[in-house]
Amino acid sequence: MGAQVITVTSGKGGVGKTTATANIAAALAQDGAKVVCIDADIGLRNLDVVMGLENRIVYDLVHIVEGSARLRQAMIKDKRLPELYLIPAAQTRDKSAVSPSDMIRICDELRPDFDFVLIDSPAGIERGFRNAIAPANKVVIITNPEVSAVRDADRIIGLVESEQKGPAMLILNRIKPEMIKRGDMLSIDDVLDVLAIDLLGIVPEDEQIVIGSNRGTPVALDEKSRAGQAFRNIAKRLRGENVPFMDLDKQDGFFSRLGKMIRPGG
Amino acid sequence: MTAISIKGIKEGVLVTVGDGEWSEALPALLAKMRENAEFFRGARLVLQFGGRGVNASELGKLRGELSDLQINLWMVLSESTVTINAAKSFGLETEFPKKEILPVDLPPIPLHEDGTQAILIDRTLRSGKSVNFDGHVVVIGDVNAGAEIIATGNVVVWGRVRGTVQAGVKGDTAAVVCALDLAPTQLRIADAIATSPKRRGKPEPEIALVRDGKIVAERWKA
Repeated sequence: MGAQVITVTSGKGGVGKTTATANIAAALAQDGAKVVCIDADIGLRNLDVVMGLENRIVYDLVHIVEGSARLRQAMIKDKRLPELYLIPAAQTRDKSAVSPSDMIRICDELRPDFDFVLIDSPAGIERGFRNAIAPANKVVIITNPEVSAVRDADRIIGLVESEQKGPAMLILNRIKPEMIKRGDMLSIDDVLDVLAIDLLGIVPEDEQIVIGSNRGTPVALDEKSRAGQAFRNIAKRLRGENVPFMDLDKQDGFFSRLGKMIRPGG
Repeated sequence: MTAISIKGIKEGVLVTVGDGEWSEALPALLAKMRENAEFFRGARLVLQFGGRGVNASELGKLRGELSDLQINLWMVLSESTVTINAAKSFGLETEFPKKEILPVDLPPIPLHEDGTQAILIDRTLRSGKSVNFDGHVVVIGDVNAGAEIIATGNVVVWGRVRGTVQAGVKGDTAAVVCALDLAPTQLRIADAIATSPKRRGKPEPEIALVRDGKIVAERWKA
């Protein structure tokens, strides 16, 4: 049996790969799963910061590959969740320090001891991306409702298909329902129409994400956050549960009601 | 020196590794693969080891090196049971699939109708995919933005066209492009270039052709 290896990738940078990886991992671990995250973005590591573990790094992925550290030595235990670990990327090296077969070997070693191995892929379609998807059982593509991000996601889906990694799943991140309503943003259907893959989750735009990332506290652990709820739902779907998609309009209604309540003289 | 020979076969690319020590054969093989990495990329690689015994750890290392070069080892052929067992342990093929034999003799089908060759692509072309063909191209699926089709003949798409399509690339002004929903980023027929106008209403099947040196798209009528 062993762990499912899930790679989170996007093609385009800045759409939320690292945030999604940290949040899905936190949500899975909170649900009681044993999870290890691997930051495959060697040279531009971020996942440690978003998870709030930056100051605990001693060894990293490149040390494991080069044999100067054992796998267990480089695994950083999360400060909140006992079943969550991080293998950080090296900051002073580049993508060529690791090969796809190294990643396969490391994941094979991790499989027996965990339920999920989540790999945070770097942007782009070069070596770093190939390293990240080589060991994957499942690939999760993140995109934003923007034409350029969707175009890159389309390219990545094609590459994942040609690597025979099975059908990729989609997370649509940073959705603003009010903009979609005005016709200023691609709708969920518009994106699915182009990409034609299964939807794993829809994450609304949420200021808490930025605050959480800066503090190193994933919003998935915040019961009140809408985006956190979305990531918790995604984690449940990855565990095979059937969770309905959030009604984003409802939230809109709540806000507008709130708006009316606090408007003076309203 | 170990002789390495490369040959294209119906099932993929056949590489035969000659006699000699493994310590010499492995670097010779990898050097050859590295030299021609572009050629092997995406092809199914068949390795013929002859009577040589290659154990699982040697084969595993070789497979790892090949995967670094993005070369996909598909099949291993050998008379040695050691080699065959090693290959099987990695889930590799070790013999060509047997041809299905039809129970009755069917009358021969004329292979060459008059006209140009065509290829049929029965899936969606995603961004970054390029199809280049000397003849006609038929797609059952969409041509997404960022994908391109370049053909010397006609291009027919049973789906949406959002990418770039070039028909009659060698100057055939009689070439046409048709699609159920024709809204390419750019359309070229022979020397003429056009972009799609803003969509008005519901998409309908259209055929694009060159008239008086300009590309025009017309509603397609059966």
